[in-house]
Amino acid sequence: MSRLPRTTGAAFAGALVLALSACGGSSSGGGGGGSAAPAVPKIPMATQVGAGEGELDLVNWAGYAEDGTNDKSVDWVHPFQKATGCIVHDKIGNTSDEMVQLMKTGQYDGVSASGDATLRLIYGGQVAPVNTSLVPNYATIQPFLKDRSWNSVDNQMYGIPHGWGANLLMWNTKSVTPAPTSWGAVFDANSPYKGKVTAYDSPIYIADASLYLMRHKPDLGIKDPYALDQKQLDAAVGLLKDQHKTVGEYWADYTKEVQAFESSNSVIGTTWQVIANLIAADKKVSVKAIEPSEGSTGWSDTWMIAAHAKHPNCMYKWMNWITSPEVNAQVAEWFGEAPAQSLACEHTSDKTFCDQYHAADKAYSDSLFYWTTPTKHCLDGRGNVCTDYSQWTQAWTNIKG
Amino acid sequence: MTTATATVPRAPAQSRGHAVSTFLHHHVWVRLAALLSLPMLWLVVAYLGSLAAMLVAAFWTTNAFTGAVVHQTTLDNFHELVSQSVYRKVALRSLGVAAGVTVIDALIALPMAFYMAKVASRRARQLLVVAILTPLWASYLVKAYAWRVMLANGGLVSWLLHPLGMKGPGYSLGAVIITLSYLWLPFMLLPIFAGLERLPDSLLEASADQGARAWRTFRAIVLPLLFPAIVAGSIFTFSLSLGDYITVTVVGGTTQLAANVIYDNITTGGNLPFAAAAAFFPIIAMLAYLLAVRRTGALDNV
Repeated sequence: MSRLPRTTGAAFAGALVLALSACGGSSSGGGGGGSAAPAVPKIPMATQVGAGEGELDLVNWAGYAEDGTNDKSVDWVHPFQKATGCIVHDKIGNTSDEMVQLMKTGQYDGVSASGDATLRLIYGGQVAPVNTSLVPNYATIQPFLKDRSWNSVDNQMYGIPHGWGANLLMWNTKSVTPAPTSWGAVFDANSPYKGKVTAYDSPIYIADASLYLMRHKPDLGIKDPYALDQKQLDAAVGLLKDQHKTVGEYWADYTKEVQAFESSNSVIGTTWQVIANLIAADKKVSVKAIEPSEGSTGWSDTWMIAAHAKHPNCMYKWMNWITSPEVNAQVAEWFGEAPAQSLACEHTSDKTFCDQYHAADKAYSDSLFYWTTPTKHCLDGRGNVCTDYSQWTQAWTNIKG
Repeated sequence: MTTATATVPRAPAQSRGHAVSTFLHHHVWVRLAALLSLPMLWLVVAYLGSLAAMLVAAFWTTNAFTGAVVHQTTLDNFHELVSQSVYRKVALRSLGVAAGVTVIDALIALPMAFYMAKVASRRARQLLVVAILTPLWASYLVKAYAWRVMLANGGLVSWLLHPLGMKGPGYSLGAVIITLSYLWLPFMLLPIFAGLERLPDSLLEASADQGARAWRTFRAIVLPLLFPAIVAGSIFTFSLSLGDYITVTVVGGTTQLAANVIYDNITTGGNLPFAAAAAFFPIIAMLAYLLAVRRTGALDNV
């Protein structure tokens, strides 16, 4: 046993030499963590859609690929499989960051990416441009969702818009009175619901705090919640550190939030409509979800195809399927979001659904602050003074303490 | 005679096989190489190689926008880890949890193992060993989520504590320590049980004959002989606790531990080099622990 250190040391040294020699060839290049967006990698675009390959591997948000296991009547995966012969394997991504990581593995054919993941995927070379003429349903997608900064580069679409919506404030109607109308309810350091507040566990949640500061602390000069200089980021971090004292737990896994609300471990916090729907369906507690007076951060999701998809034909068929009027209406109603497909509004079971979600309202859509990746080059045009996402990530670790 | 003629046609084949075995018999090193090359390949390439690759990655950085790894040697990651107070706090908290779980498991395992090894009947002993081993067959996640349900508001724990006028720990650091103590108990209990089984009853009887009471016997006879077993168990509980990040996310509320920082930097931050740098902490902590243990001499007879 006394020989242990020497042998271990020798093994370590040997392994280190091995690793160094193995990595020597690739240790150049990369070109520094610059802020300016690098050139988009050249990825070939499909020119035709052939027969399905029989399988389809997706990375998607919870509720986007329902096969009837959560609710028997909510199933658009089995009809797709029947129509195309593509068996769907879906992997839930809990955060945009997780989705980017999953797509980097190269094991998936496509992803339902939000705006804070899309550009990272495009510039990282993980996704291919989409030939929209191969997706017939693209023609009737809401015009204000086409060729936007988060889903296209130089007027080349990198995906098919799926739907969009706002992050909401949800509370347990029995424990929380009076009903809140402002995000202030979750940013109050002296909250009466101390220990039962919940928040989304991702650095992108910093934008929720900066949106609140943008409305209530105008002297900070925040114009865009995703374009924060160091001083503004510090203010948002300060607000979130105060919030941390009242938070019972953070959620990233949506099932965790469902369970926490149903056991009353959480009574108020940020949510998605689909979570509120799941809790309502279980009927264990009564909750309400609203868009508070400050407005909301939100998401606009795009189905993208992997650069080296193993089943590209099935993916093209899926992109067309999920944006068809009937299916897009089903997804939108289940998840609680505005459908991207303009014809979907005729197929919702609740005929007022599209009005509730302002589905055709461009002005409303533009008023939401969609998740996007913060970069050093400010998104509000102030120059290179902003904090980038890696700084947000470090800040998030700091907030959680 | 007949046997001699019968063996003649088979002779070349036999002699070839014979030659190989003779060759191997005379060349010890070839024999050893053939026997060990596959396991060694596994150990060096797959096991230590991947570890080394990770440690080398700690000196790289990433492109802030795409998250792609940039192969440029820098100490920035370590500078960040040392200069930011949050990482010190998380590191200390993780050590505290690992030490706490180890102590709690040792305190629970000692009397249990003693009862199993020295007091219980043969049949009861077998049943107890099975009872302790059975939970190891259940999925780790199932057990962690079971504790999440038990620790929930109005769950089993708060229901049990309510008549005593106490409140459950909720989802907190305390909940993490309780859950980890439950999860890793068998890893402490089994080495101690094995150690106690090897301890001859005659020693205990001799001690009693000399007039020593239970506590004195425990302190002067049982504990010193059992020390290596406790250390072996503590290596398991300490390292498993130090590396855990799932239990914390399930029952930890807002708590984050060292392994969460590593995990978050892989999945959330997409910053593999920083995660690799953060992984130095548990490795160094474990090496320091092993060295400290070695100084006590507990590993000499392992």
